[in-house]
Amino acid sequence: MNAPTDPDRLIARLVGPSGPEIGCEQCFDQLDRYVELELAGAEADLEVPGMRAHLDGCPACNEDHESLSALLGEKR
Amino acid sequence: MPPTQQTPIDAHTLDAESATWIARLQAGSPGYDTAVEELHALLLKAASFEVRRRAAMFEGLRGGVQEDLAQQSADDALMAILRKLKDFRGDSRFTTWAYKFALLEAAAKVRRRAWQGREVQLEPASWSMIADRMQLPQDDVELREVLGALQRAIEVDLTAHQREVLVAIALNDVPIDVLAARLGSTRGALYKTLHDARRKLRARLAGSGLEIDRYLEAKAK
Repeated sequence: MNAPTDPDRLIARLVGPSGPEIGCEQCFDQLDRYVELELAGAEADLEVPGMRAHLDGCPACNEDHESLSALLGEKR
Repeated sequence: MPPTQQTPIDAHTLDAESATWIARLQAGSPGYDTAVEELHALLLKAASFEVRRRAAMFEGLRGGVQEDLAQQSADDALMAILRKLKDFRGDSRFTTWAYKFALLEAAAKVRRRAWQGREVQLEPASWSMIADRMQLPQDDVELREVLGALQRAIEVDLTAHQREVLVAIALNDVPIDVLAARLGSTRGALYKTLHDARRKLRARLAGSGLEIDRYLEAKAK
């Protein structure tokens, strides 16, 4: 849990993702569907527009996404 | 835990396993108590998985603390699920839907625990301190131009609240739910503030003739 020391990483965190993105509530609402689509090899980003940009921009939601993917991956 | 009245979900849209869960968790179902116990056991496994994953990143999360956090997370997740059962649409399997509640609770509790007693810096560190921390290359003119425009935007274009949120999350790496608790706000509301602040930074960069996405793409190569 350290602040970024790479200037380009810092810039990316400051300006955030470029495209339209959903918010944290919508992300949580769609997270289970999105992860199952990913694990099934489906077009998750087409099915849930704005999710990828939000995951790129929101560290906490990105962690939740990683955790659910890891948990389901382990249970397969 | 007393069963709550739920609006029945159309079981025809669900896979068989999910439909069974939903039926057993309905108020008055003969299998209700057993289903709640089984669900809690699943949530505890998911929460323990998450706490173990996160514990490696933080000191002070010893075995007993980890078990307490996992137990609290499973309890809170169970309450949330029973309250929101009518919201389950069958977009995923029921267990996948349920797991996300346990993971969210566990991750938030670990982050809050890790930040317990730590100061949350809301004031911007001076730009020179940030520059020192990053050891900026002297000859990268474009990088200095981008950072200069960002500094101006942060100082001039943002509201005080936008500046606090952007600095805490993007510069000082404060988790958004920790910040929400300190500011008496919500994760969603703070992310909206962060999003609006980022739009302003992007507008400032564009106004300065800087194509930030092209710049970042080029640097990533």
